Amino acid sequence: MLCGRAFKFGDGISTDHITPGRLAHLRSNLPELAKHVLEDAEPTFVSRVRAGDLIVAGSNFGLGSSREHAPLVIKKVGVSAVLAKSVARIFFRNAINLGLPVLLCDTDKINDGDELEIDLAAGVVKDKTNGSRLTFKKIPEVMLRILNEGGLIPYIKKYGDFRL
Amino acid sequence: MGKTLAEKILSEKSQGDAHSGAFVVAKVDLVFAQDTTGPLTVREFQTSGFKRLANPEKTVLFLDHAAPSPNQQLSADHILLRQFSRQSGCLIFDVGEGVCHQLVAESLAKPGDVIVGADSHTVTAGALGAFATGMGSSDVAVAFGLGKTWLKVPETIKVVVSGSFPEGVSAKDLALHLIGQLGADGATYKALEFGGDSVVKMSIPGRLTIASMAVEAGAKVGLFPSDEVTQDYLAEQGRSDHYQPVSPDADASYEKIINIDVSRLEPMVSQPHAVDNTALARQLKGIEIQQVFIGTCTNGRLEDLAVAATILKGKKRHPDTRLIVAPASREVLLGAIEAGYIATLLEAGAVILPPGCGACLGLHQGVLADGESCLSTANRNFKGRMGNPDAFIYLGSPATAAATAITGEITDPREVM
Repeated sequence: MLCGRAFKFGDGISTDHITPGRLAHLRSNLPELAKHVLEDAEPTFVSRVRAGDLIVAGSNFGLGSSREHAPLVIKKVGVSAVLAKSVARIFFRNAINLGLPVLLCDTDKINDGDELEIDLAAGVVKDKTNGSRLTFKKIPEVMLRILNEGGLIPYIKKYGDFRL
Repeated sequence: MGKTLAEKILSEKSQGDAHSGAFVVAKVDLVFAQDTTGPLTVREFQTSGFKRLANPEKTVLFLDHAAPSPNQQLSADHILLRQFSRQSGCLIFDVGEGVCHQLVAESLAKPGDVIVGADSHTVTAGALGAFATGMGSSDVAVAFGLGKTWLKVPETIKVVVSGSFPEGVSAKDLALHLIGQLGADGATYKALEFGGDSVVKMSIPGRLTIASMAVEAGAKVGLFPSDEVTQDYLAEQGRSDHYQPVSPDADASYEKIINIDVSRLEPMVSQPHAVDNTALARQLKGIEIQQVFIGTCTNGRLEDLAVAATILKGKKRHPDTRLIVAPASREVLLGAIEAGYIATLLEAGAVILPPGCGACLGLHQGVLADGESCLSTANRNFKGRMGNPDAFIYLGSPATAAATAITGEITDPREVM
């Protein structure tokens, strides 16, 4: 069960919003890079986010670059899951590979600051602030197994190969 | 039932019957990372417990995003990659060789390959008939170690291109038109497959431009069949043995088919801050531009520099508009010197950068000031992309870029040709 506050973002948040190219020199210094997460979308986000909180976005979240640093810094500041109407392909795969759940649902019903409770196994998001209940799209089985191991690297360490 | 190009390649590489929607493990023919994704890839490879690369001669590192390095942190990342190359035996293309996707096209990619790269524009090699897709460092690290990857076989959107390009209109305008039509997530998780009589006539540089931008509609790959044009391109590089014909079955099943008659296209521009925010170049007349950038995996090839040099020959850039040119590779730069394009561009007032990616992603070389606007031949105009979130990026063709450099405002190239 994941519990946290919703931080709302709009449509089309790119990997340049999350961790821009001008900070490429910090990619081998993740604690420093994480201090700038999403600053081009919402400059106050990093100072307000707490462990467990949730990013709640519109459509096509994470479009653009393949930089895994984007979901890596989102995870590093304590975000427990990303909820979005839709998500870019590479970001989706990268986030799951890092053990960061990405859940696709109708995020319009969630307001900024709402307290959410997520049951990953049941596929349900409960908005404790407004009482609504949302279901999210099932994560493909192959990705769920990677997510359940905490990411691709722990998965490969355990199995040594892909198990579809 | 017949197969799309994606289904055919993935069937071959997974030794199975790969139809859209299926999950497969596919053999990887080429795997690579560049200098901003490579260090994480190398660290993940090392923590995965892999002792060696599955195929050192098919594993490549490119130092192209910070080339040469602008600061000590990125210089340290370069050292990490050079050391890994020495220890593991993988190939490395060091600073100055060029943009990874251009080098992959020039010397590595083959029709029918599966190519995985830690860079979203890995899709560029789809121009040669390779199933080439971008992934993150974890996936690429595992492909380094296993020589394979898992993939969901994508549904395919077929794009049938007919007609001849009018003067001043090129592959870039087609790519922007298509993305404007599909939307920035219109092809998410899907393959774009190009065909039609106009594609048969299209040069490999034109195909590379279009394939590179497939990801800007969200696509997993942008695939072209291989044909005589591909064969001639490989032969010119001394790689005739790398050719094999790849094409979709006539009775393949497509999610949808889009028809585009290029003879009706006009020069296109993407406006800030989204690639699918397209307009006709002539509709944006009067928008002042402080910097023009010609280069990248999308439009930094010899053919692109030739177009720019032809328009700029004997002319000068507008005094308030900087003109920055980054050839996509050393081979492109040498060719442009030999053909006289570099002299023409320098005489027109251009700055010539070393081959690389730096300006496109805002890492260095051409970072914009607050409030400035750039007309770029690159593939992305996201907020902050060229190093400043308070700047504005417009995307267009090399012809539109050259015309804009002369007038200092967004200009339909047909006005100056």
